[in-house]
Amino acid sequence: MAMAGHVVASVDEIPPGTRKLVEVNGRAIVVFNLSGDFFALNNRCPHRGGSLSDGIQTGLVQSREPGDYCYSRPGEMVKCPWHGWEFDIRTGKSWCDPARIRVRQYPVTVKPGTELVEGPHVAETFPVRVENNYVVVEA
Amino acid sequence: MNIELRQPEISQKTRLKVIDVDIHPKSAMEDLRPYLAKRWWDHYQTYGSRIRQGFLKGFPYPKSQPFASRRDSWPPGGGLPASDLNFMKQQYLDLHPIEYAIMNPLSPTGQGDQNDEFSAAMAVAANEFQLDGWYARDGRLLSSVVVPYEDGEASRVEIRRRAGDKRFAHVLLKSRTNELLGKRRYWPIYEAAVEAGLPVGIHVFGTSGRPASNTGWPSFYIEDMTEHASCCQAQVVSLILEGVFERYPELKIVMIEAGFGWMPPLGWRMDKHWKTLKAEVPHLKRAPSEYLRGHFWVSTQPMEEAEEPDHLMDMMSWVGWDHIMFASDYPHWDFDDPLMALPPALDHERRSKVMSENARALYRLD
Repeated sequence: MAMAGHVVASVDEIPPGTRKLVEVNGRAIVVFNLSGDFFALNNRCPHRGGSLSDGIQTGLVQSREPGDYCYSRPGEMVKCPWHGWEFDIRTGKSWCDPARIRVRQYPVTVKPGTELVEGPHVAETFPVRVENNYVVVEA
Repeated sequence: MNIELRQPEISQKTRLKVIDVDIHPKSAMEDLRPYLAKRWWDHYQTYGSRIRQGFLKGFPYPKSQPFASRRDSWPPGGGLPASDLNFMKQQYLDLHPIEYAIMNPLSPTGQGDQNDEFSAAMAVAANEFQLDGWYARDGRLLSSVVVPYEDGEASRVEIRRRAGDKRFAHVLLKSRTNELLGKRRYWPIYEAAVEAGLPVGIHVFGTSGRPASNTGWPSFYIEDMTEHASCCQAQVVSLILEGVFERYPELKIVMIEAGFGWMPPLGWRMDKHWKTLKAEVPHLKRAPSEYLRGHFWVSTQPMEEAEEPDHLMDMMSWVGWDHIMFASDYPHWDFDDPLMALPPALDHERRSKVMSENARALYRLD
């Protein structure tokens, strides 16, 4: 199926630091707002199928040697509610096996309502107002 | 494309019935209160529980997720994970074709408490509540005979009380007992279990004063999880070499949540030493590995994940395709989904054995 843009929320609905679970063509997709940047990931964890939108967002903890640690990028990793696999929300890559295990990512753009009411991105179930901005997922 | 290919495979697996040998419905002390004499309720209010570990409340190691549970398992109506039958049905028991699920209560049960009489009273209460609080509301939920295992005679009394009651699937011990399970003090448990026709399940963890490792308390939860294997090996070796299975040839042991990848080399190692040291244990009539393969069953969750799929299949073959039983560990964070738990390479016959038939035979479920 060709990718198409789907209006999934107004920007106001997903403030920075929050996320929203949406359904696009029967697929569950979770949309995150990281400090104003939007990212969309398949909601199904590639490990065993847990629902990522039920997981917590956490940071990146790294260490150069025992006794030393660095905590960075708070809120930019999502942790699966089942087995705790962590995924980088910006890339979809898993923290423990980034080369092989990643969660599918979908392109996201923010578009003004004025553009959307003209089409082609009209969502059947979603009232679009010209004065708002909207999150559009390509899936 | 992936979706199209996966659908038939999943729907075929879905048709397989599931007998789950390890779930953890949660009860509170308040639930057990109607089954405790006032003397013991007052005792609990005054002295609390006296488990042998560093912390009287909470866990000795921080769990991966709160209450060691899936973050999506907290009931919307409130309460702890797996404390709400309706939500548990919606999220697990009715979502999959679950025929039976064996409850292994972890706390509060009084197991490992320093006060033997309180431990015995708590075991009775935990068993009564499994029947009234869970089985009576959903007949798929089979109970475990919780026993105050540090007191062999008191355990025998509790097993005899439940003998012949088909609502109980097995006797429940935990893996970290105060002494090794082959020691004579625990033999009344095995004798009573055999008399009652019940297998003995040994679930990992326990608060009888011993760390997971054989050499002190580890620093990290990841060690606590990994060392279940070494702890259970010590228990298996003790049970076999002390001659428990010569005395009780009908005894069947189920290792729950312990993995099984350690079993083949353990069998080889015991056999090698037995060839030269058998005079020390003349009560053994067969090679130690024969007791291991004949008297022990294992549960799947969490199973080892080998880089080479064949290695996992080899280990499972050694353990025996009739001796491996599916377990989910619901609602815990390391839960195994029935659709995803087993290696893809398993053929239909073996898959069906592991998912339900082996448990049906062992527990004599109709």
